[in-house]
Amino acid sequence: MSEELLRLENVCIDYKVRDGYLSAVKDVSFHINRSEIFAIVGESGCGKSTVAHSIMRLLGKNAKVTGSILFNGRDLQALSDKEITGVRGHDIGMIFQNPLDSLNPVYTTGNQVNEAIMLDGVDKLEGWKKVIELYKDIKMPDPEKRARAFPHEMSGGMRQRVMIAMMLSRNPALLIADEPTTALDVTIEAQILEIISQLKREFHTAIMLITHNFGLVAEVADRVAIMYAGELVEEGNVYEVFAHPVHPYTRLLMAALPRQTKREGRLQTIDGTVPRLTESKPGCRFANRCPLAKEICFDQDPPVRRLSGTHSFQCFFAEEVE
Amino acid sequence: MEQRNTVIHLEHVRKEFSVDNRFFSKGKRTVKAVNDLTLDIKKGEILGLVGESGSGKTTLARVILSLTKITGGSVLVDGVDIGKASKEEKKEFRRKVAVMFQDPASNLNPRETVESSIMRPLVLHGMPKKEARKKALETLRSVKMDERYLYSYPHQLSGGQLQRIAIARALAIDPQIMILDEPTSALDVSVQAQILNLLLDLQEQRNLTYLVITHDLNVIRYISDRVVVMYLGKMVEVGPTDVICTNPSHPYTKALMAASPILDPTLRGREKSIMKGDPGSLIHLPEGCHFHPRCPCAMALCAKEEPGCTALAEDHQVWCHLCK
Amino acid sequence: MNASPFREFLRSCYKNLNFIVGFIMLLSVILTAAFAPKIAPYYFEGGNPNAKFTSPCPEYILGTDNMGRDLFSRIVYGTRITLKVALIGGTIQLFLGVVVGLFCGFYGGVVDRFMLFFADLTWCVPGMVMALAVVTVIGSNLTNAIIAIALVNWASMARTVRAKTMSLKNMAFIETGVAFGESNLALMFRYILPNIVPALIVMVSMSLPGTIMSTTTLSFLGVGSQPPSPDWGLMVSDGIKYITKAPWLAIYPGLALVYTVLSFTILGEGLRDLLDPRMKSLG
Repeated sequence: MSEELLRLENVCIDYKVRDGYLSAVKDVSFHINRSEIFAIVGESGCGKSTVAHSIMRLLGKNAKVTGSILFNGRDLQALSDKEITGVRGHDIGMIFQNPLDSLNPVYTTGNQVNEAIMLDGVDKLEGWKKVIELYKDIKMPDPEKRARAFPHEMSGGMRQRVMIAMMLSRNPALLIADEPTTALDVTIEAQILEIISQLKREFHTAIMLITHNFGLVAEVADRVAIMYAGELVEEGNVYEVFAHPVHPYTRLLMAALPRQTKREGRLQTIDGTVPRLTESKPGCRFANRCPLAKEICFDQDPPVRRLSGTHSFQCFFAEEVE
Repeated sequence: MEQRNTVIHLEHVRKEFSVDNRFFSKGKRTVKAVNDLTLDIKKGEILGLVGESGSGKTTLARVILSLTKITGGSVLVDGVDIGKASKEEKKEFRRKVAVMFQDPASNLNPRETVESSIMRPLVLHGMPKKEARKKALETLRSVKMDERYLYSYPHQLSGGQLQRIAIARALAIDPQIMILDEPTSALDVSVQAQILNLLLDLQEQRNLTYLVITHDLNVIRYISDRVVVMYLGKMVEVGPTDVICTNPSHPYTKALMAASPILDPTLRGREKSIMKGDPGSLIHLPEGCHFHPRCPCAMALCAKEEPGCTALAEDHQVWCHLCK
Repeated sequence: MNASPFREFLRSCYKNLNFIVGFIMLLSVILTAAFAPKIAPYYFEGGNPNAKFTSPCPEYILGTDNMGRDLFSRIVYGTRITLKVALIGGTIQLFLGVVVGLFCGFYGGVVDRFMLFFADLTWCVPGMVMALAVVTVIGSNLTNAIIAIALVNWASMARTVRAKTMSLKNMAFIETGVAFGESNLALMFRYILPNIVPALIVMVSMSLPGTIMSTTTLSFLGVGSQPPSPDWGLMVSDGIKYITKAPWLAIYPGLALVYTVLSFTILGEGLRDLLDPRMKSLG
């Protein structure tokens, strides 16, 4: 099944700030198929969360989104406020980094999940049964007891499971997970990743995983996009990208990951800093830190080039190094 | 590896907190954050300390720094018992051991310039202002930062820059030992690489001793010589980094290694046991081995008796009934 | 790059209407107090016995009182008393609040519980009743009234300082300070205090109106300033007696009081907008 579910085409997002505009996302295009895990990785401030929020139309009033965001062929940008509310939760679910902020402290978690189920017109008792079922699906230990627990009585991992259950209850076609495991311990992270893979396998949910952690990408993603300073620099099948990163930024970043011990040499570092994104002028945004940069990189947008049917990158010179 | 001197010696260290701190409470419950821990840190080594939240690793750091009073045992730094140290010895200790905490944003006083932040410990230890100013500049350069940042305030700097300045301030007093509590977990990958390299360079140049506390096993593997694994206040395994990372003996260490995200998708199919359950709570400690409720190989004995220390090699010890 | 927080602060001040208006109002009050003898056409004592209860006219712009004293001059001189109240009262509260709050928040434990208990006690008794009791014991005059009010009001200041201290105490830069050998006093006054100064400024400017009003009330009740002092509270209370005959006697001092109190309140609002976001960023 590789039916296309979501497609972003030339999406630009500008924020209106005190003195002018901040170009947070510049000309980003990608698609997500049904029942696949698509990861967007990048460092803080690269615009990965902004992209995710723009899909749900959760950006503030000072953000201007251009380009098209098509979900199941429908342009989400053109929907009315009422229609987009219907899309949220029902078609697209979202979980965040800190589940404690997303849960209401005065209701039991089961009640909150039930609340989401009842949105689809299910009555309360029926809904409660479904809650227990969902808790079993996400391998919550002792589901009946946990459903009666308040958020503060649960650990971070449990809360994140509740969030996933709540999203799952409405069976969305796409789940956006924004740094879902950043606040959790590694052993709990592994449990949540397992659940995410299970969602894909059993419920054919497509998952958009936003993260800064290459480890998560290597563990669960099918396809990966790497973002830098608001630009999508490389995108492709996860095996291909990890085995053969092409864009200079991806290469440097991969080499900066601590995979070896210090005896095998120092980690690669990237000199310089991210440029200020106050205007969207042409040119590659990585040019000022790029070892391959030539004059043209500063003046013209690099073309999207394909290495294979499932691996593309945006750079003038990348394949010249080997 | 040559025989090295011990700089920090922890002897049966305990740290307990009482949790019920109300006016009218009868039975006080105690949390055993660090439970009978004995450990040597040798001069010039980088010792990694790993564990999940609640394992007591940060409490241990605070114990070594004497930021909190221990409730049992003793901490010896260069042979001096910190609990019984004279005022002079204590001052000397403060100069010898420096610390850097996780959060770059709260590591520095928001109301002080970079220069005065770095100068402060120097002045405090009796250096004249003029000299301290020179030294501050010198240290700032040694962490590869431009001198124009001397008069900046913390809120004007990025996370990586703040962490460099925190390192500079720690180094300014020429300490011998640095305690690094999650030094890079708030940083991006590329900045993390810069900071780790910087820390390694400085350690080699100055023959420093590091205690690195982190939950990121990839960082531990990269930076440390020896690793201590803690679970619920107790050490479960200690050994050289390559042994712990490639051939761990304790079931907990095994599970931790398996859970740590790999950085290569082709290894996805590897055998992997996902540990069940949450990290336990320090308030309701299980009887026997603290890990037995989550342990895949728990035996009847594990629920009854705390495992003793088993030495698998001279420098590799493990606390588990299975390994006897 | 090197713009100090203070300079940044000044820049944002220009944009804050509350701050500007409050500042100008307060400045006018201060200037009036400073140049009272130059502004007031008469002295506040010794009126003209032939001009009792003169209604406002060019010679006496706000009229005269029952002893023929120029009301305008008395109000102008009264500014000094009000500012004295604000200054002394504010200082006492600030001093007590900061010292007690810092120590309680920093050390915690028994001292903290004792102080909290004491602070709670002062909250159990209505402030005015308590102040009246204090003044009755130590004697009725302006200074005692100020002390009484300050003794009632310091507790809330101390509570806020204590809360801020407790949250700052656990921040990494404090622990780092301990780790390289800072003394407790240095930690409190070099590390914690500078970080609560913005909040303190806001707190003081917000609490001064209350202090002024309470002290004025004591004077109004006759246990504060004594005649012939041109205290506004005293003037209003005298004026009430002749409210039908010469309403200006009660109204104008009242208006002056409102103006001064407003200047502090508006300034405080402005300062809060300017300084508090900064505090939030500190966590």
